[in-house]
Amino acid sequence: MSIARAEVAHLARLSRLALTDEELDHFAVQLDQIISAVARVQEVAAEGIPPTSHAVPLANVFRDDVVIPPLGADKVLDQAPAVEDQRFRVPRILAED
Amino acid sequence: MTDQATMNLVSFEDAVSRYDPLIGLETHVELGTLTKMFCGCPARFGGEPNSLVCPVCLGLPGSLPVTNRMAIEYTMKIGLALNCTIADTARFARKNYFYPDMPKDYQISQYDEPLCTDGWLDITVHDPAAGDEPRPFRVEIERVHLEEDTGKSMHVGSTGRIHGAEYSLVDYNRAGIPLVEIVTKPVAGTGALAPEVARTYVAELRDLLRALGVSDVRMEEGSLRCDVNTSLAPRGASAWGTRTETKNVNSLRSVARAVRSEIQRQAALLDAGQRVVQETRHFNEETGTTSPGRSKEEAQDYRYFPEPDLVPVAPSRDWVESVRAQLPELPGARRARLQREWGLSELDMAALRNAGALDLVAETIAAGATPADARKWWLSELLRTANKSGAELGDLPITPADVARVAQLVDSGVVNDRLAREVIEGVLAGEGTPDEVVTGRGLVVVSDDTALTAAVDEAIAAHPDVAEKIRSGKVAAAGALVGAVMKATGGKADASRVRELILGRLS
Repeated sequence: MSIARAEVAHLARLSRLALTDEELDHFAVQLDQIISAVARVQEVAAEGIPPTSHAVPLANVFRDDVVIPPLGADKVLDQAPAVEDQRFRVPRILAED
Repeated sequence: MTDQATMNLVSFEDAVSRYDPLIGLETHVELGTLTKMFCGCPARFGGEPNSLVCPVCLGLPGSLPVTNRMAIEYTMKIGLALNCTIADTARFARKNYFYPDMPKDYQISQYDEPLCTDGWLDITVHDPAAGDEPRPFRVEIERVHLEEDTGKSMHVGSTGRIHGAEYSLVDYNRAGIPLVEIVTKPVAGTGALAPEVARTYVAELRDLLRALGVSDVRMEEGSLRCDVNTSLAPRGASAWGTRTETKNVNSLRSVARAVRSEIQRQAALLDAGQRVVQETRHFNEETGTTSPGRSKEEAQDYRYFPEPDLVPVAPSRDWVESVRAQLPELPGARRARLQREWGLSELDMAALRNAGALDLVAETIAAGATPADARKWWLSELLRTANKSGAELGDLPITPADVARVAQLVDSGVVNDRLAREVIEGVLAGEGTPDEVVTGRGLVVVSDDTALTAAVDEAIAAHPDVAEKIRSGKVAAAGALVGAVMKATGGKADASRVRELILGRLS
């Protein structure tokens, strides 16, 4: 299991991370090493064992449908970098054309 | 653009005569739970911006989601009503994407282990090409899964759309509201009926969801939203064509129009030897056509993985069966029962449904009217009034009980049909109950023989020729005299009594 530089560049674009060529070289190698290390688990995973998504065998943890008072807009927007009309003001959303 | 240039070159009829359409629908339904999917914030429409949010639905560091049991139960209800299998184990997954409508930068959804799979919904459409012959279709359901709704963004700039926006404003009240996605399998074999099949499926689904009481299913408020997939293949071809996905089609009428317009657009492209691009398209209400939307990231680009903050949902068979036992009578079964009880044809029933009169008629009958009377008043007088003002029948200021009372007043001879229309007019004008209108307008039928006899005698005297015809046995001529008496009494006479009196006088 390995990850190519082009794939790292693609992931960076999906995450809107502006990586320089040097950073890409650097991270691509690091990520490849990490993934290769983790991939070693596949050497022992036997057939018929479902992939583990949770370490604790637990299911059906629910809450009742009961309202908990929300924070309130003042508190919510207090830490926002920019606010307008009681809404979070965010940079222009990139046109995905 | 090619789109516009070729749009009008292929008529719908021409397109479906040479191409087979394949449609598929993805319907999103906001559940009517009290709280959001993974936190206790009110799941309510409206509200001041960002007033219904907390650390969980804002995705603040350290906050953890906890699944709403009621949302799971509602989803199972939907799945069971759609004849689905409820999974032994369902799992939530992270759908990763970079867009500020989800502050976490991912949406919690279900991916390869949805809660409900493999069901169906039976619908009936009427084929205008075959004398409105009812055509049953079984729409197969691929999956019903549960996710969280996203926040609402407003794009600020000259255009009001993403393109050309300078910045966006986000309200997270809607973020985290339980959202069920119902995905059909591709529906083949619809031919020219494709738009109507799509429309009827969504209408039937809406009625079903309403009957289940799991959502308020308001398309105009966005609690029911539809994505429509359409592709074309040359008639008899073995492979399906490339499909497009038209997003957020927000009325039943638009569902049909979107399918129709895509069929015409794609047929024009294929005729011109071009290919259909797999893409997301945007439906324009004004023009009834679609235009390219933002390009879809490939499924693998969402980098789905099991949500580590939530454990699997593994509903016990007991739970599933107890939910099944709570299912109400479903709309399809109810309609079949009412049609039987009311003695109506398939087309009569369709007319009632299309007018949105089914429940009103049922309630009017429950309030004491006969099926024939209930149907008559809602579909004639009241439907005309509603159409004139562009209102829905249910929005008219008259109740089923009022309509039942009007029918009763006619039945007991207090008013005749003509006066009954005036009574209804009075109720609609806010003059009170039917009885109050009868009193207020003095609408009681004159059936008092003394008063009527005088009017009858006058009519006979004024029309000696007609009287003579009746005397000589031409009973049908009495109609002219009845008319004269009705006119003289301002329409308030009991016509059948008048007729009896006339015939009595002239026999």
